[in-house]
Amino acid sequence: MIPELGHYALVLALFVALVQSVPPLVGAATRNAAWMNVAVPAAIAQMLLVLLAYAALTWAHVVSDFSVLNVVQNSHSAKPMLYKVSGVWGNHEGSMMLWIVMLTIFGAAVALFGRNLPPTLKARVLAVQGLIGVGFLLFILITSNPFIRVVPAPIDGNDLNPLLQDPGLAFHPPFLYAGYVGFSMAFSFAVAALIEGRVDPAWARWVRPWTLAAWSTLTMGIAMGSWWAYYELGWGGWWYWDPVENASFMPWLAGTALLHSAIVVEKRDALKSWTILLAIVTFSLSLMGTFLVRSGILTSVHAFAVDPKRGIFILVLLAIATGGSLLLYSLRAPTLKAGGLFAPISREGALVLNNLLLSTATATVFIGTLYPLFLDIMKLGKVSVGAPFFNATFLPVAIPMVVAMVVGPFLSWKRADLGAALTRLWVAGVAVVIAVAVTAYVKAGGGPLLALVGIGLAAWAFVGSLVEFADRIALFRTSFRNSWNRAVHLPRSAWGMTIAHACLGLSILGMTGTSAWQTESISAMKPGDRASVAGYEFQFDGVGLVDGPNFKAERGVFTVTKDGQRVATLEPERRSYSTTRMTTTESAIHTTVFSDLYVALGDPTQNGTAWIVRIYHHPLVPWIWIGGVGMMLGGLVSLTDRRFRIGAPERRRMAGKTGGKSAPLPAE
Amino acid sequence: MTRKKRRLYMLGLALLGLGSATALALTAFQDNIVFFYSPSQLQTQQVGDRNFRLGGLVEEGSVQKQPDGVTTAFRVTDTAHTVDVRYRGQLPDLFREGQGVVAEGRMTGGVFVAREVLAKHDENYMPPEVSEALKQAGVYKNPAESATKTAKKE
Repeated sequence: MIPELGHYALVLALFVALVQSVPPLVGAATRNAAWMNVAVPAAIAQMLLVLLAYAALTWAHVVSDFSVLNVVQNSHSAKPMLYKVSGVWGNHEGSMMLWIVMLTIFGAAVALFGRNLPPTLKARVLAVQGLIGVGFLLFILITSNPFIRVVPAPIDGNDLNPLLQDPGLAFHPPFLYAGYVGFSMAFSFAVAALIEGRVDPAWARWVRPWTLAAWSTLTMGIAMGSWWAYYELGWGGWWYWDPVENASFMPWLAGTALLHSAIVVEKRDALKSWTILLAIVTFSLSLMGTFLVRSGILTSVHAFAVDPKRGIFILVLLAIATGGSLLLYSLRAPTLKAGGLFAPISREGALVLNNLLLSTATATVFIGTLYPLFLDIMKLGKVSVGAPFFNATFLPVAIPMVVAMVVGPFLSWKRADLGAALTRLWVAGVAVVIAVAVTAYVKAGGGPLLALVGIGLAAWAFVGSLVEFADRIALFRTSFRNSWNRAVHLPRSAWGMTIAHACLGLSILGMTGTSAWQTESISAMKPGDRASVAGYEFQFDGVGLVDGPNFKAERGVFTVTKDGQRVATLEPERRSYSTTRMTTTESAIHTTVFSDLYVALGDPTQNGTAWIVRIYHHPLVPWIWIGGVGMMLGGLVSLTDRRFRIGAPERRRMAGKTGGKSAPLPAE
Repeated sequence: MTRKKRRLYMLGLALLGLGSATALALTAFQDNIVFFYSPSQLQTQQVGDRNFRLGGLVEEGSVQKQPDGVTTAFRVTDTAHTVDVRYRGQLPDLFREGQGVVAEGRMTGGVFVAREVLAKHDENYMPPEVSEALKQAGVYKNPAESATKTAKKE
């Protein structure tokens, strides 16, 4: 009964979504307030209905209702409760449900909190949001219905893919989807603004918080996915340039560009049509990401069973959303009034450079990801494009971007003095020299040149961002008390920027450290054997058997010592899940914050007396994720900036402000 | 600076960005593209010392651990032809005889020395290249279909 209720709620949501989109669009065109106002209750009702449907599906999973096909295929009565709940989105149908849940939550948030939006803009934003909802609800109901029953009901289910039964992965999809779907808000605002034919700084202020929220959660989602790959796949890699990773990385790159170009719209009323285009592109890339993952057309660790019908459906959605909005863009963009002028060397100029480099980076990832698909369709052979390609194309773009990132905030709006900005950065320059020299000395030659570049870049980004902050609060130039006061009263967005930029430096440190200086040992070890990696002694004490709720595991015990001192006991596992007949590697990691010791237990050898053991030493690797979490926090801090809550909304006030302003504006 | 001039600058910069992306991509493609071959295609294909991907089924009964304990020898087949493969390291969790596999490496003295054997997420999943190669050899059965069959049987 409850699954039917969910199914019914989902169908109802589809019709409510139609009500949310068509009448408000007509109402906004004809200035009919009553028709426009329909959007608000409709958005809230749609969210409630979708939540009800989602709750019904969760209920079916939690009580293991095996008369529902989705539960049979992805759950098992012995599965731990956490994975019964997270298993709802651990499969295709459920993950699309999560997608639509996020979409309607964002829509309802605009309906509830967007009281001071101009009525026509609000009606149109909600209408576009409703149209996206219509597309995806149709997709779920036609190709991926999670409420289909199976008769007769089997006694137990097929269980969830064991690789997904992991706390890190349990929360990876919600963050990722919140990010993907969050960009739909920027998209809806962009399309609504195009219909209105008007983009101004007030518009940018409404869009920025949504973009920030989406960007922050997407950052977190990607970081979690990378962390999961690192410890769960048992290979110790943190990024594979896998098509599906790229699918999430492209909206992130484009979204980062959007985040920065919207600043220019907000502060200087310039780059308007470019920002609109970025909003469209970012969400289109999110949709394409969904298409790549869900269609299974690319070889990937993420590709699940293939169903061409679904792929085509999403492709059609993508074509309508992207094609339609780009058509609208080409009709309306030329009518947008160009705004403030600026010299090439200026804050605006720096943000334009940021945008160009980010777009170029997005383009290289895009080409590398889709080229194999293109060749395949043209019947020109099957190829794969791997890490070497992306390292050769992405890094040359990313390195100047990080260099410029530090300088940009020192430049003033309209026109600036590059020399003066660089002079103020001397501390960061010194830090780079010291970091590179120390690395070269400690590592005796320093390893690959790229590693020294990476270390220098990390120092530049981290120290440079802090220098900018110190400069802004006049640290050491005035009394400490005074500086403290300034810091406290600095806008939250300035704090957010410093945190996010500095943390990118930390991530670069981690990426460089582990890529350049990781050491590994792969050997067949018998109990009692020892292996030595990076100055640590690993003694293999033996293997015991462990019973889990839905698996059996071999658990190895390793005692790690350094210079005779005991450091840690590591217990990696090899789990066999009986229902899915799959084995997973649960690596054991000991972290000292400066490096990780990583042990993965492999297959037993032919005669069963020894096991293949992989031991890694990953220097600096934790900083990749510390930096990632920091970047997300930077975004969230920026989100709490008071101007997004107060003062922002009124167009009249903004109109007077943006006219002839010459004094340096409060920096971003 | 006039509006027109600024627009020209922006356009120039944008083209520069796009141009450099294309140039980077094209140069990188020359060295870094990895082709995929099935054992049958390998019979006619000149691969030389190039890195490529080999895909097919792990032949039943062909998997042998070498005395050093960490090297595995096996044969990849598309039923028409087979290729000897050697791989040093830990195989992915889902590596099994009779299952689809994709390995990356190069030919050395008639043996394919794999640098990497690709992991899969789920056992119903067959890499598209492999299913294609098997279809061409005429032995493909859709794993998704057989999986739903078993699901229905229950």
